Amino acid sequence: MSSVRDRVRALLKTTGWLRTDIDTLADDADLYAAGLTSHATVTLMLSLEEAFDVEFPDSLLRRRTFSSVAALVEALSGIGVKKEAV
Amino acid sequence: MSNWIAAARAVGVIAARHADEVDRQARFPAEAVRALREAKLLGILVPAGEGGPGAGIADVVSICHVLGQHCASTAMVYAMHQIQVSCVVRHGGASPWQRAFLKRLAAEQLLLASATSEAGVGGDVRSSVCAIEEKSGRFALAKQATVISYGADSDGILVTARRTLQSPASDQVIVVVPRKDATLDALQGWDTLGMRGTCSNGYHLKAAGEMAQVIPVPYADVSAQTMLPTSHLVWSALWLGIATDAMARARAFVRGETRKKPGATLAGAVRLAEAASQLQLMKANVVASLRQYEAALGSEDRLSALPFAIAMNNLKTASSQMVVQIVGQALLVCGLAGYRNDSPFSLGRHLRDAHSAALMVNNDRILANTAQLVLALRDDPELLA
Repeated sequence: MSSVRDRVRALLKTTGWLRTDIDTLADDADLYAAGLTSHATVTLMLSLEEAFDVEFPDSLLRRRTFSSVAALVEALSGIGVKKEAV
Repeated sequence: MSNWIAAARAVGVIAARHADEVDRQARFPAEAVRALREAKLLGILVPAGEGGPGAGIADVVSICHVLGQHCASTAMVYAMHQIQVSCVVRHGGASPWQRAFLKRLAAEQLLLASATSEAGVGGDVRSSVCAIEEKSGRFALAKQATVISYGADSDGILVTARRTLQSPASDQVIVVVPRKDATLDALQGWDTLGMRGTCSNGYHLKAAGEMAQVIPVPYADVSAQTMLPTSHLVWSALWLGIATDAMARARAFVRGETRKKPGATLAGAVRLAEAASQLQLMKANVVASLRQYEAALGSEDRLSALPFAIAMNNLKTASSQMVVQIVGQALLVCGLAGYRNDSPFSLGRHLRDAHSAALMVNNDRILANTAQLVLALRDDPELLA
């Protein structure tokens, strides 16, 4: 059992989206400053949808949603993913 | 007709007078830009608080459409200038430096250029090699700018760069550099097929100044909310201007031929009708996209939403193709009279200028970006939403 936060972090760690190691970043650290591009956010979104079996509505498809681990956890929680465990 | 449109038409007369020479010599359209300055059309977007008339994007789009009918290079200089001004107006915020700069822009009718392209990023303006080097409230910056259109004739340049020396390529800011604070060493000239008067030379740019000159929001937001939609709107409007003038020449040609042979319907007349339908489509797209932008202007959420980004991308790729098609149709209508460089129906410059449209931010790059966005898009909005 791992938290949504940990699973989001694990996903960010295994892909080449960031230029900075996610382990060195706080939950509220700016992912764009760490190298996330707007192109990569679409792929990130699709990976999250696959991992959590959810769909991001259009209203969440904006830059802010993907700006930090905390923002991603919040967005996932908003579409029904429970924060604590799988 | 607004006063600005009347003023733009008067500038258009001057621009048209010099258009062929500007094109032949690949020189800056100095007479037309001087006229724009004298008519105070350069500063119209500056809000009343900073001493400007606070015109809107619709006014600028309409002016670009007028200018495009006379000299596409002049129209492009004006369009690119206003893209830069809108970025400062919308994102300069309460910064005293930015506000003072806008006041100067309105008072002195400054001409702004842009340095977004750079060697080493493969044409991706959303990546930078150069960086803001900050030291006790001041910055230094050096950029191998592959293109700075009319840089030598500008009064200020907006430059993109990485936010800090440590920032990744995609973490960019944009900084306002008055011309006197920049040195430009020429790298490459501008001897091109069309849009020759934009003098889009390459330069090695060096600049220094106060940190307050850096626009206080990430360039990603400036780009998505203002630079990209404004660019695609003003460019499309001036391309529509090129197509409109090509159609006017084709119409004049057919009218003349019909006068010579009354009663006969010329083959060219049918083709003219077909092109008129394309021109109407192109115009409808520009106007609808303009209305969409105006409706989204009040809301950061709507400006950064996917359907909006897709619509603005589509406007650019569609208009840039249609302008070439319409000028091509007009050329077929006029035949050799259009092919000649020394006839009143000449369409060579129109065609050459039109071909730049698909290349300035390459359509393939924009389509690749749209391909990502449509993948993420879920709901198709209602017809009138």
